[in-house]
Amino acid sequence: MSAAPAVQVRDLRVALGGTPILAGVDLTVAAGEWVTVIGPNGAGKSTLLRAVGGLLPAPGAVTLFGTPIAALRRRERARVVATVAQSPVVPAGMSVLDYVLLGRTPYIPALGRESATDLAVVHEVLERLDLGGFSRRELATLSGGERQRVFLARALAQGATLLLLDEPTSALDIGHQQEVLDLVDRLRGEHGLTVLATMHDLSIAGEYADRMVLLAAGRVVAAGTPREVLTERLLAEHYRASVRVVDGDHGPLVVPVRRTP
Amino acid sequence: MTPAARSARPAGVPPASRPAGLRPVWLAAGVAAVLVALVVGVSLGPVTLPPGSVAAELLNLLPGVHLDSGLSEREVAIVTELRLPRVVLGLLVGGMLALAGGCYQGVFRNPLADPYLLGVAAGAGLAVTAVIALGGVGTEGALTGLPVTIPLAAFVGSLGAVGMTYALGAAGGRGRSPAMLILAGVAVSAFLSAGQTYLLQRHSDSIQAVYSWLLGRLATAGWHDVLLVLPYAVLTTVVVLLHGRELDVLSVGDDEATSLGLHPQRSRYLLIAAASLGTAAAVSATGLIGFVGIIVPHTVRLLAGSSYRVILPLSLLFGAAFLALTDVVARTAAAPAEIPIGVVTALLGGPFFILVLRTARRVLT
Repeated sequence: MSAAPAVQVRDLRVALGGTPILAGVDLTVAAGEWVTVIGPNGAGKSTLLRAVGGLLPAPGAVTLFGTPIAALRRRERARVVATVAQSPVVPAGMSVLDYVLLGRTPYIPALGRESATDLAVVHEVLERLDLGGFSRRELATLSGGERQRVFLARALAQGATLLLLDEPTSALDIGHQQEVLDLVDRLRGEHGLTVLATMHDLSIAGEYADRMVLLAAGRVVAAGTPREVLTERLLAEHYRASVRVVDGDHGPLVVPVRRTP
Repeated sequence: MTPAARSARPAGVPPASRPAGLRPVWLAAGVAAVLVALVVGVSLGPVTLPPGSVAAELLNLLPGVHLDSGLSEREVAIVTELRLPRVVLGLLVGGMLALAGGCYQGVFRNPLADPYLLGVAAGAGLAVTAVIALGGVGTEGALTGLPVTIPLAAFVGSLGAVGMTYALGAAGGRGRSPAMLILAGVAVSAFLSAGQTYLLQRHSDSIQAVYSWLLGRLATAGWHDVLLVLPYAVLTTVVVLLHGRELDVLSVGDDEATSLGLHPQRSRYLLIAAASLGTAAAVSATGLIGFVGIIVPHTVRLLAGSSYRVILPLSLLFGAAFLALTDVVARTAAAPAEIPIGVVTALLGGPFFILVLRTARRVLT
């Protein structure tokens, strides 16, 4: 594992259509770490992830494993960082196998086709994620939890060590949320992955993250361990939420409390 | 749906180890369809020739083959000089239109994309009309040969049209729907057709030449036309077929394609140019023939698979066979008169389009 941090963001400023979305964000994610970005709607969480993933031009601001992202060629970057979007497009008629094979794109020469190695990698990933029996199934017919596993499989097939997850659990019930996050955590251990995620459910976010970053109005307003970030004061101030924070086994638990009229 | 029940691998069925790709049986079916269309197309006509003899005579065109077809010298001339160029042109045009349709559907991630509906054909039509009307080509009443300027004008016109449609359809921003693109295509088509009508009004001496071309006829085809279309068709075919896998990657969206290391916009421009070139070549040879680009790729997708590595080559083959056979209908159904082939494809394509619309409703809303 390289000594350089997996992600280093310095003074990242992004404006979309003249509106500033990120107004000078700093962020460091150490290799092997799980960092979750939280923040109210419109805080710029997804934009931050897109910039780290190379989907937005962010000249000079983003460095991945010590290399400025602008210095990486597209295919090189795709071997370093894999993104699972909030609600990935599910092409009609595409099988699970073919979908996961798309993850091998950065290894397939332009206009070329998949090698035996690519197929072997994909089969190995499918088995590891307990998806072996699904490979022929049409992706569109899978349930939400199964699909999320397939999206992860595609990202793993990409062979990247940095995984960006944008709201990985937003479409799932509570049981499947835990299942998917447990899986991500297990894979992080087995493959030495670094995880940068955005999440809305604060309790679950706090239970899995090593560190959390609270983003509000395009700025980092708090960063640290879940215990340092998930405080009643910070959440009241930036989410305008009335919550009680209770101590749990794996981190603070955030419980919404109805305001007294 | 019960995921648990369906997730278990059925006994005896091995896990899929092969990615989606063109199965040899489908490739063979496509080639067979082209050969059947070729023999049927050449055999049928005012003088019906026995298909066996026609097949023998066609084989004789290959170097080193000398079969006795039993046809008279005059009949051989009918085969090689009259019917064959027409059928070959039909094959080329059908293949191009279907391939372009399949390609546009992938590039725009839009099941309704078709050279006709995107305004590409109208753009080519306006450009060709301008060349005929302003250039005085074919003022003697009918276009006999195809001037070299026509495919070029058609290409410029089709690129301009698809550019306009794309820009208009993208005006909705990130949240644009596939329907937006088609509405833009309709608007662009209407606009360009108005321009064409205006040109025709001002140059009424070329109306007949333009109309006989517009309605899409293969009647006047000779080897000259085939040779003029062929280089464009080959170029389009090579470029588009090489990008089948990239179109599969594009189907998951631009963001995903970018994070997988592709340059979606660059691929998109290249493929739009290639498909428009093929469309322009087809349109300049035979006028506006609609719906081939939607009927064929959708049928292929339904039957053989949804990967563009399957859709594109099979659309080329089945599109070729489809148009050559449609031409047989066009020239025999009301014999001795000929129905313009564009009318036949539109009669078939209209209802088919409604069908696609119904199945694609999910995508459009």
